[in-house]
Formats: sequence, C-alpha cells, structure tokens
Amino acid sequence: MARFGNREKKTVGAIGTSSLPDVVFMILFFFMATTSMREVELQIELRSSDLPQATEIKKLEKKSLVSYIYVGKPKPAFQRIYGTEPRIQLNSSFADLSDIYEYILAEREARDEYDRPFMTTSLKVHQDTKMGIVTDIKQELRKASALKINYSARKDI
Amino acid sequence: MAKRETPQVNSGSMADIAFLLLIYWLLTTTMDVDTGIARQLPPIPEAKDITDVEINKRNVFIVLINSQDRLLVNGKPMDVDELREKTKEFVKSDPNNPNMPEYEPVYIKKLNKTIDIGKGIISLQNDRGTTYGRYIEVQNELVAAVNELRDEAAMQYFNTSKFDMLDEEQQDAVREIVPQRISEAEPKNIGGK
Repeated sequence: MARFGNREKKTVGAIGTSSLPDVVFMILFFFMATTSMREVELQIELRSSDLPQATEIKKLEKKSLVSYIYVGKPKPAFQRIYGTEPRIQLNSSFADLSDIYEYILAEREARDEYDRPFMTTSLKVHQDTKMGIVTDIKQELRKASALKINYSARKDI
Repeated sequence: MAKRETPQVNSGSMADIAFLLLIYWLLTTTMDVDTGIARQLPPIPEAKDITDVEINKRNVFIVLINSQDRLLVNGKPMDVDELREKTKEFVKSDPNNPNMPEYEPVYIKKLNKTIDIGKGIISLQNDRGTTYGRYIEVQNELVAAVNELRDEAAMQYFNTSKFDMLDEEQQDAVREIVPQRISEAEPKNIGGK
C-alpha cells in the first residue's frame, strides 16, 4: 500500500478549461452556418437509402431556388387514412396530382422575378415507385412550365 | 456611494451549455448535399405546332422499358450492362454502316472547321409499370454514354482528359460535337394497368 505513495510524483499542470466554451461555440457556429434545418416533416417512407443510385449526378446548387416533390408510400401512422400506395407529398402534407400546378405557381410567386428562370424542381422519389405516378407528375410540371427538374439520386459507389 | 460588490458569474458550466446547443444542432440539421440527375422537360407543344416530323428510322435509338423492368433496344432485348456501349456506338455512328445514324456536317466555330456529327436521337420510352429505380438506372447509362464520349472528344480536340476541366467556350464546342439528344416520348399506356 505504502509503495504507491512512495513513488515520485510527476507534476503535470492542469489544463486550462476556460477557453473550452469558446472552442465549442466555434464548432457550434460552424455547424449553424453550414447546415440547413430540416424543413419538412416527411410523411412518406423515404430514407436517403431509398433514393435510386446513379453515377452521373450533379450537385443541386442554390437550395433557395429548389422546390421539392416527394413520392413514396405513406408512413405506417398514415396508412389507415392514405393507404399503402405511393402518394405525393408537397411541403408537409399529402397532395393530389392536381395540387402540383398550384404548388409550382405558389413557389414561383415566392421568388424574385429575376430568379424565376433558374428554379428547379427536385423529385425525391422512392426507387420502388412505379413510373406511372412519376410520368403524371412530369406532365403536371410541363403544364406549369417548370421544365428544369432534378431526379434526386445518391452516389453509386 | 457605497460600491456594491458583484459576485463573479461562474463560467465553469458555460462549456456544458455550449455542448448542449451543439448537440441540439447536430441532431436537427441535415448535412447532406442534394444530388441528382438534372434533366430538362420539353414544353407542352401548342396545338398548332404539332406536325409530324419525319425522322429516318436509322437515326433513332429506341430504348423501351416494359412493366417487368426489361429492356427492348431497337426491337431487341438487351441487358442494362450492354446499354452504355451500344449507346456510345450509336451516338458516335459509323459512315459505312447503313443501320447507324446519318452524318451531318456542322461548323464548329471554336475549332474553325466543319465536323461530321451523327444525327442520332435516343428515344426513351417507359411503361407506367416500370419502377422508378430502373428508369433512373437507364437514364444514368444514357447520360454516362454521352459523358464518356464528351470526355473522349475533349481529349481529341483540346487534349484534356476530362470534359469538366475545359473552359466554358470549349465545353460549348464539345457539347456541339457530342450533343445529348435524349427524347422522352409523350406518355402512353402500353402494358395496361
């Protein structure tokens, strides 16, 4: 027992922790600046692994000019009302095909006039969805003349 | 005036507060960058514009995906793995082969010369029952074929191995030499359902 006490004690100065808050705040600010808040609560099943894979993908620039259309099966909690067939979600609620036109117009109205030609519609569609609904959405987008689209896909490794 | 002593605020827990905020942000934010295949939809034609355009059969490369996700390319079944090579062959074209697209001389301003360019058009048609995953896979193969040819053209004319490394004008020239002509048919219901 005493043997431990006999050891020569090396003195290491305590590390100053007074600057720790500053360090952490710096990390915090970094994250705040680089990330965006999750804007919509998804009501359909769509994890990032549910998106199709592709190699020829491009980054979607200028997030403020992108409107999103989500397609997939409703989450279990909504299946009693909306069934299990793939549905469209705009903003944070389920929508019908006929709502897309209005949605695009509203999105366009919300942007500055000189930004409007650069608006893109991102289609986030579950890879098991049948093309029928996607084709219908594309027709609606053409009617609303929202012709720039982006099929959301993740990098194929 | 009596000076009142203000007790010093203990800042030891400041780090904990900052950590809490940091963790909150980490959980509520998404870091991922949105990526995807960018496409341009054709505008809806006005009724008076609709005219039947005669396109020589050899100039069209028809890719059909049925409701069982199988491919039919120019009337023959094909595997997705072969599609990229076949598409490249078609877009490059071959003057001696009567089944390959015709050539058309195009003047390229940047190079100051006229190059023969295949007139081929890729026509992608799908069924309502095709899965989205397969559709994107095929789209990706078609775009990849064109991109590979553009890389080759970049090497041939500008001695640069990648199309993306060219400057804006050079990219436009390569885009003229290797056009991306992918047409998507007006939707129709073939397979039923």
